[in-house]
Amino acid sequence: MVQPRRRWRSSGTVLLAFIRRHSAWVAVLLSVLFAVPAVARPPDELAIGITQYPSTLNPVIDEMVAKTYVLGMTRRPLTVYDADWHVVCMLCVTLPSFENGLAQKLDLPGGKTGVRLTYTIRPDARWGDGVPVTTKDVLFSDAVGKDPRTGVADAELYRRIIAIRAVDDKTFVMDIDKLTFDYADMNDFEILPAHIEAAAFANPEEYRFRTAYDTDPTNPGLYFGPYRITELSPGSHIVLDRNPTWWGPKPYFRRIVVWTIENTAALEANLLAHGIDMVAGELGLSLDEALAFEKRHGRDFHVIYKPGLTYEHVDLNLDNPILAERDVRRALLYAIDRAAISASLFAGRDPVANSFVPPLDWVYTDDVPHYDYDPGKAAALLDAAGWRVGPDGMRRNSGGQSLSLELATTSGDRTRELVEEVLQSQWRQVGIDVHLKNQPARVLFGDTLTQRKFDMAMYAWISAPENVPRSMLRSDEIPDAANHYAGENFPGFRDPETDRLIDAIEVELDRGKREALWHRLQRLFAEELPSLPLYFRAEAFVLPPWLDGVTPTGNEYPSTLWIENWRRAMPGSEG
Amino acid sequence: MTRFVLARLVQMAAVLVVMSFVIYTLIGLMPGDPIDVMVASDPHLSTADAARLKALYGLDQPLARRYLAWGEAALRGDFGYSRLYQQPALAVLLPRLGNTAILMGTSFVLALGVALPLGIAASRNPGSAFDRAVNLIALGFISVPSFWLALMLIFVFAVALGLLPAGGIETVGDGGVADRARHLVLPVATLALASMGGYLRYMRAAMIDALAQDYIRTARAKGAGEARVLLGHALRNALIPVITVAALSFGSLFSGALVTETMFAYPGMGQLIYEAVLGSDYNLALAGLLLATAMTLVANLGADIAYAAADPRIAYR
Repeated sequence: MVQPRRRWRSSGTVLLAFIRRHSAWVAVLLSVLFAVPAVARPPDELAIGITQYPSTLNPVIDEMVAKTYVLGMTRRPLTVYDADWHVVCMLCVTLPSFENGLAQKLDLPGGKTGVRLTYTIRPDARWGDGVPVTTKDVLFSDAVGKDPRTGVADAELYRRIIAIRAVDDKTFVMDIDKLTFDYADMNDFEILPAHIEAAAFANPEEYRFRTAYDTDPTNPGLYFGPYRITELSPGSHIVLDRNPTWWGPKPYFRRIVVWTIENTAALEANLLAHGIDMVAGELGLSLDEALAFEKRHGRDFHVIYKPGLTYEHVDLNLDNPILAERDVRRALLYAIDRAAISASLFAGRDPVANSFVPPLDWVYTDDVPHYDYDPGKAAALLDAAGWRVGPDGMRRNSGGQSLSLELATTSGDRTRELVEEVLQSQWRQVGIDVHLKNQPARVLFGDTLTQRKFDMAMYAWISAPENVPRSMLRSDEIPDAANHYAGENFPGFRDPETDRLIDAIEVELDRGKREALWHRLQRLFAEELPSLPLYFRAEAFVLPPWLDGVTPTGNEYPSTLWIENWRRAMPGSEG
Repeated sequence: MTRFVLARLVQMAAVLVVMSFVIYTLIGLMPGDPIDVMVASDPHLSTADAARLKALYGLDQPLARRYLAWGEAALRGDFGYSRLYQQPALAVLLPRLGNTAILMGTSFVLALGVALPLGIAASRNPGSAFDRAVNLIALGFISVPSFWLALMLIFVFAVALGLLPAGGIETVGDGGVADRARHLVLPVATLALASMGGYLRYMRAAMIDALAQDYIRTARAKGAGEARVLLGHALRNALIPVITVAALSFGSLFSGALVTETMFAYPGMGQLIYEAVLGSDYNLALAGLLLATAMTLVANLGADIAYAAADPRIAYR
């Protein structure tokens, strides 16, 4: 006879007996896993969390924020935009200008005007293996940059360099093919160690596979900044230790560890669990996540919000007959309450944009048409354009065509999707029917925008200080089949006056005259509205209260370029 | 049996060739490429640069030509360079494979180690308080999304109690066995808890079915002890469906667990393959996915062989 209950009791007893018999082993296992205390981080070590791992550490191959962030600690560009958005020397001694004689006009064939610039490398600059940084490295870097087979991402500057001549070990003269207002800016000229990288460059086609930055990344001779990379675990973390050959002030932190944690919830958890000390603003929490985090843990962390150059906007396809009407474009902007969106979603940290130029840029002007929320004005403009409200509350023209548009953005971007829903609702209130059509980033940027297969597309431009919008607005930058979809003027904006202003701004050296040209360009943009400006995104830096000296720039150059100023606050001092 | 195994190996090779073509084509047919995305995020990158980079990485070539070139090199054992990591694809893959094998292997063993005895115990008295409790727990873990489970474990054990690290693979400057084990506890627990419920329910159902068979009654009538009835007669027959499920899960030991790896910042295969596919890193994505496919096929072959071992009625010719 089967007696299940009794058997169960007996097996339960057996199970308990088993646990009792082996409890010692269980206890040992648990004590190993739980009771061993975590290795506490020494006070002179800083752990930073970012959401991306650099694909390469070579300064000229590939363009990634994570790479720029990490390399900011290990090297210094010749020049850079500082936190006040001024071009300053970092590796050079004096910034060339016509006043100090280090810049001279250069007459070129065909009546063109170029510029001759003289730079001197800091005399005490040395690679991490003690070899001085010299003009040999400059000439080598130019050769790598110029060779189309090496895989250098941004080669525009190298193409513009006519010639470089070494005056001595530290001074070189560079001839540039065009005299532009930003002639002294050598931010993108990355210096490579010739004594190490020359071997990899022997076969230029193989350079990107053989570069020591990827095959031997802990070689001290690759770095000349305050830190050098001493250990890395791809996809996980990079360890940086003080570089003994660094010429500047000794950095406070002996060691910096940059952890890659792609999920922002996990990033927050690591912050709370003290797995990391801070989250980089350049590559960390989105603004809404940072605001929510500050609300919950603001007492334990210091959150800095820095408005920057990331310009969120909605591109309008001007080949769409509905959007070709300027009054319809204006109505679209009047119908949305950008100030309320910024206030409610971003606590007002993201300033509303009036054009593509951010308020922090010196060429910015507020003297442009403003489109403050006014649904009445939007309705009047649409009425005048022939779009009348029907019995269902939506607008149609005299031919019965519905005022219906598609809005695309990057799927999975929670903030954009939230903003998109608000925009859709506000446009519906004035009778515009908007359908959402979100796509993965690679589809939106790789196909939809380049082939101009959209009505409206919401995304961001990452700009630079005083960035001339040639690729965004000039009429010869409209991508189409004839130019193999080259160019980034996705709206298809054609305006001779805009083309003229862009050309004029680039070569105008007089700041006053250039400022006037910039103001005219912004006004023209705000009048024509080839895209709807939304706001400029702010970056959120989540820092421990004891960390001093972190200065967000708001521009494309990371705060780590000044990492030697980061330090622990002294007890009692302001944090 | 030998003929059977050889025939299956030939089939596996054919499947791998077809899969390589399907994977390559699917990645290639995705709109856009990494250079387009790079252009959108870099204000300085000109259209001339974009065209040059596309040519350099072969992205301007027809898909079929690129696939044939890849296939030819792969046959020579050259799986190419990873575009995302600027290193040979296998050199990128192998360390991640090791990490994933440790993570997934540990959780696999733990999940089976807990689920099978519990499933057997629960099957002995269906409907009892113990059986219902076990079922409830199993269903709970099946229903809970792994990212939520991961977050809860992080908040309890890393944030609130501070007992375990919230993520990563080791402590910089330590990296000993105990340190690595501490970093494994939470991700292993997440994966084991998430998969345990399924195994447990399979085991329980198969055992209930087996225990109701006539041969069990006969065995008991012949005076076989309870342990022999359970393990020698019922379990052996009940193992077939569990072996099938376990074999199907085995492939994931090498393809990783994307969500868990992401939540715990654990550098494994799941994250790597995901990045490779999104970044159009053909060489890396192909190497990773083909490895996972090969492992699944090998596991299925292993399962077929295990069927024969578990059930003498099954024979292969």
